[in-house]
This record gives sequence, structure tokens and C-alpha cells, in this order.
Amino acid sequence: MDQIILQILNGLDKGSAYALIALGLTLIFGTLGVVNFAHGALFMMGSFVAVTVSKLLTLSHKVVDETRTDFLGNPLQVDVPYIYDWFGEAAGNVMIDWAVPISILFAIPIMIGIGFAMERGLIKHFYKRPHADQILVTFGLAIVLQEVIKYFYGANPIPTPAPEAFTGSFDFGVAFGFDPNAIIYPYWRLVYFFFSVVVIGAVFAFLQFTTFGMVVRAGMADRETVGLLGIDIDKRFTIMFGIAAAVAGLAGVMYTPILSPNYHMGMDFLVLSFVVVVVGGMGSLPGAVLAGFLLGVLESFASMPWVIDIAPGINQIIIYLVAIIILLTRPRGLMGRKGVMED
Amino acid sequence: MLGLEKKDFRLMLIVVVLTLLAPFILNPFPEGSELAQFNAGYPDLMQRFVIFGILAIGFNILFGLTGYLSFGHAAFLGVGSYAAVWMFKLLSMNIVPAILLSVVIAGLFSLVIGFVSLRRSGIYFSILTLAFAQMSYALAYSVLTPLTGGETGLQPKASDVRLFDGALEAGENATPSLFGLAMRDTYEMSVGSWVFTFNFGYYVAAVMMILAFYISIRIFRSPFGMMLRAIKSNQTRMSYTGLNSKPYTLAAFVISGMYAGLAGGLLVAMDPQAGAERMFWTASGEIVLMTILGGAGTLIGPVLGAGFIKYFENIVSKINKATLEQWFYWMPDGIEDVMIAIVYPFVGKGWHLTLGLLFMLVVIFLPGGLVQGGQKIAAIFRRKKSSDAKDGATTPAE
Repeated sequence: MDQIILQILNGLDKGSAYALIALGLTLIFGTLGVVNFAHGALFMMGSFVAVTVSKLLTLSHKVVDETRTDFLGNPLQVDVPYIYDWFGEAAGNVMIDWAVPISILFAIPIMIGIGFAMERGLIKHFYKRPHADQILVTFGLAIVLQEVIKYFYGANPIPTPAPEAFTGSFDFGVAFGFDPNAIIYPYWRLVYFFFSVVVIGAVFAFLQFTTFGMVVRAGMADRETVGLLGIDIDKRFTIMFGIAAAVAGLAGVMYTPILSPNYHMGMDFLVLSFVVVVVGGMGSLPGAVLAGFLLGVLESFASMPWVIDIAPGINQIIIYLVAIIILLTRPRGLMGRKGVMED
Repeated sequence: MLGLEKKDFRLMLIVVVLTLLAPFILNPFPEGSELAQFNAGYPDLMQRFVIFGILAIGFNILFGLTGYLSFGHAAFLGVGSYAAVWMFKLLSMNIVPAILLSVVIAGLFSLVIGFVSLRRSGIYFSILTLAFAQMSYALAYSVLTPLTGGETGLQPKASDVRLFDGALEAGENATPSLFGLAMRDTYEMSVGSWVFTFNFGYYVAAVMMILAFYISIRIFRSPFGMMLRAIKSNQTRMSYTGLNSKPYTLAAFVISGMYAGLAGGLLVAMDPQAGAERMFWTASGEIVLMTILGGAGTLIGPVLGAGFIKYFENIVSKINKATLEQWFYWMPDGIEDVMIAIVYPFVGKGWHLTLGLLFMLVVIFLPGGLVQGGQKIAAIFRRKKSSDAKDGATTPAE
């Protein structure tokens, strides 16, 4: 029993990342009808926003500390972050410690801006082209974005730790009445899960309970009619693209303490997220979220030792295997709508 | 000639001449000159030109004709490579059984994957092939280690059975050969300050590519090729006329899988080792890039695209800061630094950035690839010429 709970928990954080990326992919696909291969790059860029913010916060200048001397007896030069000068040492330390959550504030406008630029600058011109062309051009864009990041940040992963307060692990076992240390789960992963639930909830609430969201949903169902009613649906869809980019970016920002960002992490997640979208059903938002969590949990169950004993290597391929089975038995995916992407 | 129309025969002839004379054509700059780094006439690169040419020709039979975009073609290349290495290990270093088996195994493998994947079309097909390829990659990397060598890859070892050749002696390197002629046999010819290298392995691969190209022309011009084009333009209408399109697409998929297997076998024949990274999805992406860049659906396009990408991959990625300084030395100091700062991100390690940008530009402005670009330029010249001719024709009438 404790093993099962542990595996479910383990699957949740990866599942949250899949769900967030897949949600953005589905939003873009449902609104604009574009298959965005550059979505993984947006996830990656989000995590590099976190890297940049934490670097900026620790940006420092040298100050001669008269009270201390080095081994030759000269006054020691100490690096003092600029942030100490502005906010004082205590507040500065807290801000550096909380760099990742602070990056969220920066990531939202930056990612929305990147999303706008992408949609207006490039993807807009591809609505009437075949899906293959859309895949290819966004694939090219993903390569370009990834190489630009590599040029500025190098090829090595950049560790960006979570705030001090979240570094430990939470002992679930005690809370549920099992032995201590039976179910140990890092705090940050828990934070990530709750964060993703909040983001997903916010997106759904936005679509469900605002007039803007209603128009967007109407546009997803029948774009032409909404246009005939005198609503500038293109503009709203552009905004949705920005939101989808922001969702992917936030997923990236919060993922940095779990996985040190490197320039190709986006591509690694993208392939899986596509599988998630297809399993969930192309164009279905709840399907994308459900499939994201489901596949994340499945993956962690498949990596349990006794499962690997029975079917070695299953943890590597379980997601693809499930995708193949689902596509062949339920071609529309778990919650796919009729008439979406059917030729 | 050879069952080809006059135009195709001419194209075929050009390809044959170009591939056979490649050691001359690709070495236009004398040895030791500043431009010698642009020479591509060394065996390793030339072999890759033709082998990836085969791969792209095969991919084009599927994507160019039927429009099914496979994102998992590297899997067949990888399977072919493994099969070839196993033939080296089990039988002998002769490349004939290795290449035959790699084609057969890749064909069988693509039959299975194609049978499943082709039940869906469009984006679903792309994702299914991608999923299969990633699965093969993951399996080759982990569980199938006894069969694939896992992380270290597969290569001939001293402990191999080698039924026909006998075990390797200590310190002896396994060299693939064709009935005693080693693939790496080279003959260097120097004319003046030029050095031309003729490599046996290259010519084996080149003959294979010419054969592959010939078969692809025949497929393009056959009723079967016509059927595949019909699938691309309107599959629904085709099924209304009572034709089942599945066997045709499956045949195209298997043929292109066999091409990929052949390319994999040849890669191993040139350098007897295979690794799982050959099956990674970026490798599949590269095949797509080559075909699109050259021009999908055209005969010569994929070969051009493969050559183009492999050439620039090797040449551009070798340019470093010192080379750039050499190029721009004649400029005033300030401008020189600016130029180097601008160009540097795009060369050397930044080659993929150039490739990505180029690929985007091609998809945006030239969906027909380099071939379409060439045709456009040719059309401009022709228009000029025909308007000249018209002027000439009308003047006497006045």
C-alpha cells in the first residue's frame, strides 16, 4: 500500500509537467488548429527565465572588506550582490533564496510576449498551409530557439535550487499512519503539483467563467460563426496563444529545481507531451490534463523494481506503448471530440 | 534508355557522372591553399553524401509521393546498422551478407511498424512513427543491450564467431571488405598541387546510390507511383473509386524502410560500429530536414538536400574564430571585430542555428526546397531570354 501511494506521488510531479505542456499544446491546437512543435522550446525558455532571474539577483560587485584579510595580510575583496545595496542583506538573502518563485512574476509577461511574437510573426502565416508545413516550420523554430539558448547559456545544465524552506522531504507515511520513512516525498515536488493544479484550474476557470473565455470556447467550436457575429476572434486566439506560452513557461520555471535546465530539455518533454495530447484526445483540454497525470503515474509505476523484473525496460517504453494501444483502439484518444483532426 | 524517358535519362546521367567524378568535383581547391578547407573530397564525407542520399531518396518515396510524414525513419537506419554489424560478427567481414540482411531486417521491421502506423493518417501517423522510433531507441539503449551493445554500441570484437573468416587475431582490426577488397582502400592521385582521393568504399556506396536513384525514378514514373500521388492529393476520392489505398501506402512505407536499412548497412560497411543514438528522434528529424530542404516530391531534391546538409555540417562546423579572423583581416579593425562578432554565432558549434534558420526560411518561402529555388531562378532567366527572342522576331515584321 505504501509503495502504491509512493509511486502515485512520484508520478504526480512529472505528470504535472506533462499536463501543463499538453494543456498549452491543446489550447493552441484547439484554437488555432496549429500543431506547435516549438512548445517544448517554450517550456525550456521558461526554465531559463528562472536561471536568468537567479543570475541577475546574485549579480555582484567587489567590495574591499577592511575587517578581514587574506593569507598575505592584504584586505580581502568580497563579492557583494547589488541586491544587498538596495534591500539590505537580510532581505537580499531571502530574495536570492526565493529566486525561482520570484521568476514567476517575470516569466508571465516574458512568455506572453514571446507567445505573441511567435504567433503574429510566424505562425499566423501558416494557418492555410498543410499540417505538415506547420509541423516543419515550428520544428525549425524549436531548433533555432534551442540553439540561441545554447549560445548564451552554454550546453551544460545549470542547477537552480529551490528556496531553502522547501529543500527537505515530507514524511507522508506518518501523516497516513504508516511507519516513518515509508513514504518520503520532497517538498518542492509537492509544491510543483499544487502549483500545476492551481495553474490548470486558473486556465479552466478563465475559459469557463469569463466572457472572454466564453468567446474563445465558442470560437473553438465554430470559428466562422463567431467571426460572422462581428467578434475579432483572431485577436482573442492570439491572446490564447500567449496564455498557452505562459503556461508552458511557468511549467518550466517551477521545474528548474527538479531538473537543472539545459538547452535540449524542451525537446525531451515535447515528444512525450505530444504523446500525452494524442492519448488525451486532440483538442480536448480535460483529456490533455487527465492523460498527463495518468501517463506520469503510469510511468512511475512501471519503474517499480518488481515491475521491471517481470518486464525489463518497460519503464522506458510504457508511455509509447500506451499511446500506440490507445491510438489503435480509441483513435480519438481518451476524451477526443468528433471531427477534430480527422481527414 | 533503360526504360526511362529522355528527360529522366538525362537526369540519371548527370547524377551518375556527378557521383562517379565526385572526388574531382568536390576538390576544386589546391592543397595547402586558404580555400582548401572547403574541399569535401575526402572519403569519409563523400561516403556520407551518398549514404544519406540513399536515405533521403527512400524517405522521399514515402513523404514526397504519399504525403505521409514519418518522424521515425531513423529507427530503420538503426535496425539496418545493427543487422549489418551482427553479420560481421557472425559470418565474415564481407559486406554482401551484411547489406542484404540489413535491407531485409529493416524491411520486416518497417512492415510491422507500417502496418500499425498506417491505420491512422496526418499528425497521428507522425506521432505513431515517432513513438515507435523512440521506443526502439529506448529498448536498444537499455533492455536489448545483449543485442545492441547498449550505451557502448555494437562493434566487431575478438571474441566473435565469424564463421567464414575465423576469429580475429590479437591486435587485428576488423575491416569490412567486398571479396577481399577493403572498404578503406584508397588511391591518391596528385595533379599539380591538387590531391584527389579515390576510395573503394565510396565507390561501392556510390554505385548503390545510383541504383537506388534509378529505382526511385522507375517508381516515380510507374503506375504504382501514380497511385501514391493520388493518395497524396485526395485519399477520400480514391477510396470512392473503389481502391483500397492501404496496400499502396504500406508498400511505399516498406520500400522507404528498406532504403533506410540499406543506408544503415552501408554506414556500418564504411565504419563497422552501430549505436543507439542513430535511432534517436533528432536523427529522424534530420532525414526530414534533408528531404524538405532539397525538395520533397522531386527526384533530385533529396539527394541535393542530403549533400547540402552533410557538406555544411562538416565544413561550417569546422570554421573557428581563427579562420574568421583570417577571412576578415583586410577590413579595418573595428569593422573586422563587428563582422566576426556577427558571423561567429552561426559557424563552428553554432552550425545547428544556421541549419534551423535555413530550414525555416526554406519552409516559409520555398516549400518546394532548393529544387524549386533553382526552377524559379531558371524561370527568371528563361523569361528574359524569351522576351529577347520575341523582340528579335518582331523587328523584321515592321
